[in-house]
Amino acid sequence: MPEPVVAIVGAGPAGLRAAQVLAEASLRPLLIDEGHRAGGQIYRRPPPGAERPAAALYGFEAGRARALHDLADALAPRIAYRPGTMVWGIAPREPAGFDLDCLGPEGHGRIPVDRLVLATGAMDRTLPVPGWTLPGVFTLGAAQIALKAQGVAIGRRVALVGAGPLLPLVAHQYAKAGATLAAVLDVTPLAAKIAAAPRLAAMPATLGKGLWYTLRGAVRGLPVRSGVRAVAVEGDRRVEALAWEDSRGRRHRVPCDAVGASFGLRSEAQAADLAGCRFVFEPVTRQWQPERSAEGRSSQPQVYLAGDGSGIGGADVAELQGERTALALLADLGRTRDAAREARLDRQLARQAGFRAALEAAYPYPHHIVKTIADDEIVCRCEGITAGALRRAATERDAREMNRLKALTRIGMGRCQGRVCGHAAAEILAQSLQVPVETVGRLRGQAPIKPIPLREPV
Amino acid sequence: MEHLTVDVAIIGGGTAACAAAVALREAGLTVALLEKRLCGAGASGVNFGGVRQQGRDFSELPLSRRARILWDGLNAKLAEDVGFEATGHVKLARSEADMAVLEAYARDAAGYGLDLQLLGPNALRAEMPWLGPSVVGASLSPTDGQANPRVVGPAFARLARRLGAEVREHAPVRHAAHDGAGFTVEAEGVSVRSRNLVNAAGAYGGVVAGWFGEAAPVAPLSPNMVVTEPLPHLVTRSIGVVGGDVYVRQTRRGNVVLGGGRGTADSVDGLARPVAGTSLTASAKTLALIPDLAHAQIIRSWSGLDGEMPDHIPVIGPSGTTPGLVHAFGFSGHGFQLGPVVGEILAELVTQGRSASPLHPFRIERFADWRGPFRSEGEIEH
Amino acid sequence: MSGLFRRLATRPGATVPFTIDGVQAEARVGDLLISAILLHRHALRRFEFGPGERAGYCLMGACQDCWVGLADGRRLRACTTLIESGMAVVTGGADA
Repeated sequence: MPEPVVAIVGAGPAGLRAAQVLAEASLRPLLIDEGHRAGGQIYRRPPPGAERPAAALYGFEAGRARALHDLADALAPRIAYRPGTMVWGIAPREPAGFDLDCLGPEGHGRIPVDRLVLATGAMDRTLPVPGWTLPGVFTLGAAQIALKAQGVAIGRRVALVGAGPLLPLVAHQYAKAGATLAAVLDVTPLAAKIAAAPRLAAMPATLGKGLWYTLRGAVRGLPVRSGVRAVAVEGDRRVEALAWEDSRGRRHRVPCDAVGASFGLRSEAQAADLAGCRFVFEPVTRQWQPERSAEGRSSQPQVYLAGDGSGIGGADVAELQGERTALALLADLGRTRDAAREARLDRQLARQAGFRAALEAAYPYPHHIVKTIADDEIVCRCEGITAGALRRAATERDAREMNRLKALTRIGMGRCQGRVCGHAAAEILAQSLQVPVETVGRLRGQAPIKPIPLREPV
Repeated sequence: MEHLTVDVAIIGGGTAACAAAVALREAGLTVALLEKRLCGAGASGVNFGGVRQQGRDFSELPLSRRARILWDGLNAKLAEDVGFEATGHVKLARSEADMAVLEAYARDAAGYGLDLQLLGPNALRAEMPWLGPSVVGASLSPTDGQANPRVVGPAFARLARRLGAEVREHAPVRHAAHDGAGFTVEAEGVSVRSRNLVNAAGAYGGVVAGWFGEAAPVAPLSPNMVVTEPLPHLVTRSIGVVGGDVYVRQTRRGNVVLGGGRGTADSVDGLARPVAGTSLTASAKTLALIPDLAHAQIIRSWSGLDGEMPDHIPVIGPSGTTPGLVHAFGFSGHGFQLGPVVGEILAELVTQGRSASPLHPFRIERFADWRGPFRSEGEIEH
Repeated sequence: MSGLFRRLATRPGATVPFTIDGVQAEARVGDLLISAILLHRHALRRFEFGPGERAGYCLMGACQDCWVGLADGRRLRACTTLIESGMAVVTGGADA
């Protein structure tokens, strides 16, 4: 019997560890990645010409980053690696398996595969705040990538706003790199972090370290202000200042020319959607994610899931899940199982899940931001659809769920296909209807996962 | 389980069904409409959005001409902007043989009152300089145009509700029967008793007809659609071609919508999905027609489930077996423009037993002797 | 010409000449198109559906905010494209 074709989508921490396990089993997996260099976003490598020392790029993550990059280089001869290649469509094949529609350096291609590991990662979760469409407002992830991949800061005076462990981490990295920080604002309360602290005390994860800066009250001497509300970016044609209200209700304003702002992470799950995976609502992070068993199986027999693309866990968890789901895949192929290795991973993952729960408790969902989105605020950055238009569709045009809201207002129909606006739109719709957010559903994924040229590249 | 007793039950929630509910309420009848998922979310909501008389089977032209008048008043009637614009529809010839087809059609269409203008190469370039060299001529229907299909069906459904119709969504119909005194329709969560029944079940119209002992071979049909990012305004008219293998329009916001070929349809789970290769082929054909789109990006593709009849024209008319039952389904991929008028026609059939429009070509009895399955294939004209 | 982005890590390596709205500019090998532009400008493009300009948002190829045009008609996602010598960026009237 010929060896099954196994494809891994995404070459971040999860995808690389899955590739390692499958390569060890001599399966020669296909590793498809949009990036030009393996490592994913969290351990993103600069393009050739822009390299810098790992310690400068990744700080206290340097060891893990270097290990993964070394792994990627070592795996090269034992895998079929397709960098710079986007999987833009996934179609079921008879009697089993999938066709992957890919666009890479050689143009379009259709790859038949028997099994699929989806390690598609996450992006920042965003919410509209006044002024967020001004040029100079980026996500926290963008601020970090600018530094890691390019050695640049997003501005000369940068303000950072967040609701998760990425905030103090980026603040630390910016300060260490010599950027000028105007403010570091956490929109979640300090009390939540203090309450969660005992459970986080033994946390080894890298993201936890950022939290300690917050608890300590400062990043390199710059105060981290918690419990901030009513954040607004001010400026006429570009960013001029950031204003906010502190936990005692006092207004503040600092001049700045760039803002990094986002509120946690959201899974990039379009591939799982196209592959037919069942989705479940995750109530703590308030998002729909492809259903994933503890071993990494999806609801689809030939599809396996790992990393932030199917539930936010961070880079360390992604590595463990990549390894674990690949073992599950090998078991499903009838390969000899390594019960001790599986059990060790399951223990580690259970421990990490405890830390993650504590971390989520330390950064509760910022409901106050959703509640204060004004009617004239743009929710869809692509096409300029406002919160008021969404609310009117809910109250006057019978929009009760997300895909109907999309049909009536065009929300989620722009270039980003709802990646940026989808979360906020669901919260706004649910708020208008006064129903739990899970009852309004989610935007269905449609091919292409990201834009593809109308003219076939030659 | 909810129980309703009404004058008319309607199976289906597409534009024609919702427009029928409106017209029946306007005639003073009580109405219950049962839709499997959401009103206007099936073929009515995911089609190309062409509002076209040109190119239709001549039997459809009287209905299509009547429908065209309704489109002018739709925004006012529905109290909503449905995006209708009479941009004109051009059917392009890519060969001399194609041009001969257009000439013959234009000659015969004139007999139905449809005025088409034939454009030779020079007139064509002057009128639409963005067309590529593969186009040799065209037929222009100035009164045709385009609209936003996603909002028309839901707007009719809302109007029906405002007028007092009982509209039930997420209520798939399990069975319907006639017991001599009236109809019983069993749907999920609701049971309806009615004097009349309208079968506007689209791809499932044949199944409903079968419950009443009538043959109607409906094949699932799923047009493959693609849309680009918003672009500067370029494509001034809605575009089709002789052969029907590609069609293109640019929306008010600048997105170029293009279609051609088929997606995959599964009538069991009701899902239709686009096919990557088909999307790329339609894109290449679009570029041959409009080379200036060379740098556009595709941002989305989709398909939807319609019902297709073997002779590519719908079933519209009274049942041959069951008094009180009327059918309207199988619009074969080009029902969008007809939807509003079919609603009126259905109401006429229910209230008067006859319609002002000639329906003989669409009678269900034409399939009475049909044997065996029917597989739909070939190009779909939108 | 000073832009939005600020280069923190100076590095050796060749410079890459390109133009923004016809004005000569310089980038470094390894610069992404978005960095190359925003080291000189405060925005990448005009917003199609209202007033104002855009300068990108996510920098990871997800949000599609940073599509820019070149004089030869090509359209590129600036955060996933490396600068190449001779690229002629057209911002459509973004600020100088």
